[in-house]
Amino acid sequence: MRLRSLSRFTVAAITVPAIALGAAACSSSSGGSSSGSDTGSGGSGTTLTYWASNQAPSLDKDKEVLTPVLAQFTQQTGIKVNLEVIGWNDLQTRIQTAITSNSGPDVLNIGNTWAASLQATGAFMPYDSAAFTAIGGKEKFVKPAMDTGGAPGQDPTSVPYLGLAYGLYYNKQMLKDAGIQPPTTWEEMVAAAQKLTNTAKSTYGFALAAGSYTENVHFAFINGSQNGGEWFDSAGKPTFTSDANVQGVLRYLNLMQKDKVVNASNAQYDNGTKAVNDFATKKVAMILNQNNADNSIQSNGMKSDEYGVVPFPAPTGGQKIATFIAGINMSIFKNTKNKDAALQFVKFMTSPETQKTLGKPFSSLPVLKGETPVFTDNPEEAKTFADIYANMSKPLPLVPGEDQFESTVGKAMNTMFAKIATGGTVSADDVKAALKDAQDQVAAAS
Amino acid sequence: MSASAIREDDQATTALRSKVTTTKKKKKARRPSPRRSRWLPYLLLLPAVIMELLIHIVPMLVGIWMSFIKLTKIYIANWSAAPWAGFQNYAIAVDFDASIGAALLQSFFVTAAFSLLALGISWGLGMAAAVALQQPFRGRGLVRTIFLVPYALPAYAGILTWNFMLQRDTGLVNHVLVDNLHLTGDRPFWLLGGNAFASIVTVAVWRLWPFAFLSLMAGLQSIPSDLYEAAAVDGAGNLRQWRHITLPSLRPVNLVLILVLFLWTFNDFNTPYVLFGNGQPAGGDLISFHIYNASFLTWNFGIGSAMSVLLLLFLFVVTAAYLLITRERNTTPKAASKPAPKAPARTEDSHA
Repeated sequence: MRLRSLSRFTVAAITVPAIALGAAACSSSSGGSSSGSDTGSGGSGTTLTYWASNQAPSLDKDKEVLTPVLAQFTQQTGIKVNLEVIGWNDLQTRIQTAITSNSGPDVLNIGNTWAASLQATGAFMPYDSAAFTAIGGKEKFVKPAMDTGGAPGQDPTSVPYLGLAYGLYYNKQMLKDAGIQPPTTWEEMVAAAQKLTNTAKSTYGFALAAGSYTENVHFAFINGSQNGGEWFDSAGKPTFTSDANVQGVLRYLNLMQKDKVVNASNAQYDNGTKAVNDFATKKVAMILNQNNADNSIQSNGMKSDEYGVVPFPAPTGGQKIATFIAGINMSIFKNTKNKDAALQFVKFMTSPETQKTLGKPFSSLPVLKGETPVFTDNPEEAKTFADIYANMSKPLPLVPGEDQFESTVGKAMNTMFAKIATGGTVSADDVKAALKDAQDQVAAAS
Repeated sequence: MSASAIREDDQATTALRSKVTTTKKKKKARRPSPRRSRWLPYLLLLPAVIMELLIHIVPMLVGIWMSFIKLTKIYIANWSAAPWAGFQNYAIAVDFDASIGAALLQSFFVTAAFSLLALGISWGLGMAAAVALQQPFRGRGLVRTIFLVPYALPAYAGILTWNFMLQRDTGLVNHVLVDNLHLTGDRPFWLLGGNAFASIVTVAVWRLWPFAFLSLMAGLQSIPSDLYEAAAVDGAGNLRQWRHITLPSLRPVNLVLILVLFLWTFNDFNTPYVLFGNGQPAGGDLISFHIYNASFLTWNFGIGSAMSVLLLLFLFVVTAAYLLITRERNTTPKAASKPAPKAPARTEDSHA
């Protein structure tokens, strides 16, 4: 008897919080779908949903930059835009979820390296000749940027929006004090970094976003490519474990492991901003970053004449590849009810005027022909980046499995950095095994 | 012993009698409208059933279906086009020689260890606190409230705070351990490498033990104090009272509590997801988190679903076995109609 009344009490005591907990667990962010108030003729009264990637130092700053630009668009066309800015660590997952559930935005930004992969899902609208005419013609874009729009030989599903390239940022004063010239080879770079590292004072030669899968995979690619490595064969099959790639990855990991020019804490730097902050606050002498770092550096109080930029150096005898064709593209969801409005929006965002407006706050390289970089007031820096972008770049593989390469190899790099940071060692064999695992996962998913 | 047993029997009989009377009265009152009373319960249940179907059953069935198709990136925009995969996804998931299966197995072991530890420690802390607060004292309400804080906080906010505290360079934990107490020379990482396991167990216990405390406290409220008084008269010390009165009386609470704690910890997704974010340290690679990562890393939802179904089956088997075993044990002492002195020892076994 006692037991019975007790158990009823217990059931109540347990069930109520259990339900509450379950409900809490169920709450999740849902993709905002388009809410066009008319049938989508593309005129006034239409509302577009737009997912922007994080280009400014913070998501709020992105909103701040974009809001007046979008207001201008609304003023011109009568089309309202619902903006959501999404961080890089979440963007890919959000897009996947949107594709899976058919509840995506009308227009969105994508990392241009995902273009071919997202194209393969069939969820994005291909820009056919009519669509290109609607946004002002394919010819207005520079070729390297336009090439990232999708797989070769198909109508691209994205168009260039912002151009970016990697550079090696260095603190002029710190290098000068140490009597070092800006490095031109990998060996010089490591030697300089070692000279600039003083663990007693907690200053390091380098800061790396060693916990960010996107940053890590970019350097797996660049370092592998400097060794002549390819990550996919011509049939689109992964070839991660080639010796060139293994050695390239190991070389990058060794900045923390063997050369010890990177603080082990960097293994927890899960986005580029943290490394940039270390650089801007003069805790480190060098960082590797895309040109949009300018913004974060300057908003942290470092002036544009205090730092210089050189191409990310290759080892002596290696291929002079300093970046991939980085950047942001714009795509339209195929199932949008507001196709015309979406095209108008893309046209507006890729117009010379908007590009000029955004070039400075987003620190981007122009993707339009005949435009000059406006992201910096330092002409030397502008020239260096323009040169890297045009002459020392290699596109990431334009194959459907590219995004899987990014996520699996990027994650493997995170894990290896974590192992090094916590006192473990990573040998060439370990790198090879990790890349083999990544390759197996990509193979299983294709 | 005998005195208390008799007293309890008396009480039970009285309670039973009054219950029977009330039930009779209630039945009489309801009689005039039998038709409505027949449908009303179902009607009241209907919203719950619909929600249960929508939130649990249908997604579960969809998940099972997904595990049998090759749902990769190419088909996620149009699921119906995904080719039938049969048991291929399962074969990959349980191929422990290949990397995907090996990683899943590793994650399973980590989760099992995590689950046992988190459950055991949460239950132990909850029990200790509940017993400590059993007797009224000044400020008991306040202490109770403080104990319940982790439970009242939104999970994300709480875990995110732990994430900040466990940062290597800027975290509170290292500040106290290294800067203030000088316990270690090198700043340890808490969210990377092997320490991640200790971190996740700590955070999970922090989140869960108030629930154990709450349930056990509720259970303790209904143990009559005369039982303890009688036992004290018979010369039983605190520990003996706890073993022979508290534990057996809490048996129904514990049966449910331990099952729920086990399911929650084994299934825990929020804790590793919020604590580790994009990092996925081997020590904190709990199985739900692992499956999430395995699915989203390569957009291979077929294989992710197969892993989920395997997890579901495992939890189902464990739960069924648990319920069967505990029911068997339940029926034996009931048949004897008196709590046998051996019962508490058995209850205790099931906690291990």
